[in-house]
Amino acid sequence: MNRFAKQLLPFCSLIFIFSLWTFLVPNEFLTATNLTNVLSRTSVNLIMAAGMTFVIITAGIDLSVGTMMGMCGMTGALAMLLFSGASLADVASGASIDLTNGAMFGGILVSIAVGAIVGGINGTLITRLKLAPFIVTLGAMSIFRGSSLLMNSGKPFAVSDFTLLDTGRVAGIPVSVLLLALVLAITGFVLKYTRFGRYTYAIGSNVETAFHAGVNVNRVLVVIYALTGALVGLAAMITTSRASSAQPTAGLALELDIIAAVIIGGCSPGGGRGSMVGTVIGTLLIGFLRNGLTLCGISTNWQLVAIGLIIILAVTADQIATRRNV
Amino acid sequence: MEGISKRFGPVQALKDVTFSARPGSVHALCGENGAGKSTLMKVLSGVYKEDAGTIVVDGQRQDFMEPGQAIDAGISMLYQELDLAEHMMVYENVFLGREIMSAIPFKTDAAEMIRKTQELCDQYHFDIDPEAMIRDLTSGQCQIVELLKALMRDAHIIVMDEPTSSLSEGEAANLFAIVKDLRARGLTIIYISHRMEEVMDLSDDLSILRDGEVVHSDTTADLTVHDVVRHMVGRELKDFFPERHVSIGDVHFEVAGLASGEGIRDISFEVRKGEVVGMAGLVGAGRTETARAIFGVVPPTAGQMLLKGQSLRVKDPEHAIRQGIALLTEDRKRTGICTGLPCSWNITLPNYERIGMASVLNLRREQQLCEEFGKKVRVKWAEPDAPARSLSGGNQQKVLIARWLMADTEFIIYDEPTRGIDVGAKKEVYGIINELAAQGKAQLVISSELPELFGICDRILVMRRGRLVGNLLTKETTPEAVMHLAAVEEE
Repeated sequence: MNRFAKQLLPFCSLIFIFSLWTFLVPNEFLTATNLTNVLSRTSVNLIMAAGMTFVIITAGIDLSVGTMMGMCGMTGALAMLLFSGASLADVASGASIDLTNGAMFGGILVSIAVGAIVGGINGTLITRLKLAPFIVTLGAMSIFRGSSLLMNSGKPFAVSDFTLLDTGRVAGIPVSVLLLALVLAITGFVLKYTRFGRYTYAIGSNVETAFHAGVNVNRVLVVIYALTGALVGLAAMITTSRASSAQPTAGLALELDIIAAVIIGGCSPGGGRGSMVGTVIGTLLIGFLRNGLTLCGISTNWQLVAIGLIIILAVTADQIATRRNV
Repeated sequence: MEGISKRFGPVQALKDVTFSARPGSVHALCGENGAGKSTLMKVLSGVYKEDAGTIVVDGQRQDFMEPGQAIDAGISMLYQELDLAEHMMVYENVFLGREIMSAIPFKTDAAEMIRKTQELCDQYHFDIDPEAMIRDLTSGQCQIVELLKALMRDAHIIVMDEPTSSLSEGEAANLFAIVKDLRARGLTIIYISHRMEEVMDLSDDLSILRDGEVVHSDTTADLTVHDVVRHMVGRELKDFFPERHVSIGDVHFEVAGLASGEGIRDISFEVRKGEVVGMAGLVGAGRTETARAIFGVVPPTAGQMLLKGQSLRVKDPEHAIRQGIALLTEDRKRTGICTGLPCSWNITLPNYERIGMASVLNLRREQQLCEEFGKKVRVKWAEPDAPARSLSGGNQQKVLIARWLMADTEFIIYDEPTRGIDVGAKKEVYGIINELAAQGKAQLVISSELPELFGICDRILVMRRGRLVGNLLTKETTPEAVMHLAAVEEE
């Protein structure tokens, strides 16, 4: 019953926000264009939040997802250009290059692979050197941003032919939405119905206990950080496709939204608690919150303030619920 | 305390409890886990607010809303789990939150605090350096720091909750002397313990709680252990240790020349099929370390292990479990159970492959299996999916035993399996060990309670300073002989 009530709070908040904007700015908010817009923008965040959910349930954190997205996007786009036969000189000169289909698929794979590898390195440092996830990913955050800027001297890579993950559709449904559904279905299933999901919770609840019960803690953690990286790589390609170019500054401060969404969705920063449904609700909540505030003419600066307050509020509500539950 | 009642949701934790302690006496509080001892003491120390009843301290009616008020009234509670700041010095802990300030604003007067701590130590003959780091102290010394903290706050009623559960015999003896000294100085000690011997030895008065009610209260001299146990469980415990009919088979588990980085050397012993082998020794003798080496928590640096004649190499617990070794760890909260997760998840955690859920789970089947294993160990839970934290210590231990029953390993090590659990649960644990012996498992029981080892083991190994110094058949030896081996250095 109590577990149910905890799920209910973020859900009610979502309904509340939705009703609030419907009431305040009905003409702008409740339009098909606007809602589709919010959902499609949220889909990038949601793909990343799915990975972050695993990380936070293990009582970890990944601060590097925002800048990792920038780096994956840049690497993936560069790969697309090179696979299409451009030389490094062409790329650097910014000459317009026609992309082949194979090159685009290759680029997507490169982006996902780069994410998985650097995520795996994060996880390896955290487990082998016993460093705090906060420190490792804080360092990685800076390294990734620096690398993205170095890659083309701070300039973006233009990939205007790469429209697959923007306007591409299969059976009338946007490819990005299909990918999102696939990611959520798989990660949600893994978390709830597999041994790997149980290990994730056990590590977050008590890592020593998990180890003594025969859980290979290091392997599970490395896989989780690598998985998060891979999902960041996928999200980076969707963003790149939408912008028709890979921006070295893509994903700026995005980690804030992602972490906030996961925590608002009921993941305990102390580990051992959370669900994929909660993360979906949390991400939508932030998406709609930002959208409504924008429609009401409130500046992005104030939006940051509002999101910060909501994180604190969500964690407070969670704490109160937990204390009552003792 | 008169007519105290306290209810948590649907659970009536205390029912009209009346309890009084005389100044200058030790009053023991006994009862099974969940009987309401801790709840009663938390009401006394202001952690919980009573629903009904009155508290009178030194003739003054008190109405504690928070622990600070109880402390001001002279009541201090020493919890089972000590709460000291590990990386701070003794005197800093003693004065934590009420530091003495120097003339310079915001600067504490360390010299004065050290002096006062030393003064108190001298007064009570405590052998503690005020400038020692907490993390360098033994658990016995930490207990004394807690006492210092209480005394520095002018406590005259001190509640001790299982103070000896983490102490060695020597440290416990030292603590008993301190308790007697405090009593002689006119303090009131309320003493909660599961260890009958020390309760009978130490206390002047004794109250027994059962299901939130005081069922008996008397001067200790007028009670026998038998009376107390009977009142606690509400039924006669004729044979505390279940009868055993063992048939011991071939060597099942064997270790030779085991050593690890944690200071154990040259450990060799064997455990036969159906045999229960005990391991005695003082705290720090290397018993837990031996278990940790065998189970791969700290992999051995030397030595060989054989299970059913097959050579074993363990590099971590995952590996050990897969090869047929289980370890019920000593510290339930730290290394045993995930308190925030459902009981069922705790049971199946190492067993997914065994129950045919190597990757994808079958939640309904998992539920059924946990029901089944829960029944085997007679765990009391609302449902298998109830969070482990909602269970009492004894029931949490049963959940962990259910885990290893499900794992069905050939060799099982229990490290202090009955520590901090109530008499009824203890008996059930012994029953399970017997049953597994009958099934032909090899079992090793590490325990600091000699009666327990003598009650359930066929053979007793004795450790001292990281080495095995005795290997005795239970029926051919005595507790005195074992204690002598464990405690006395030979020339």
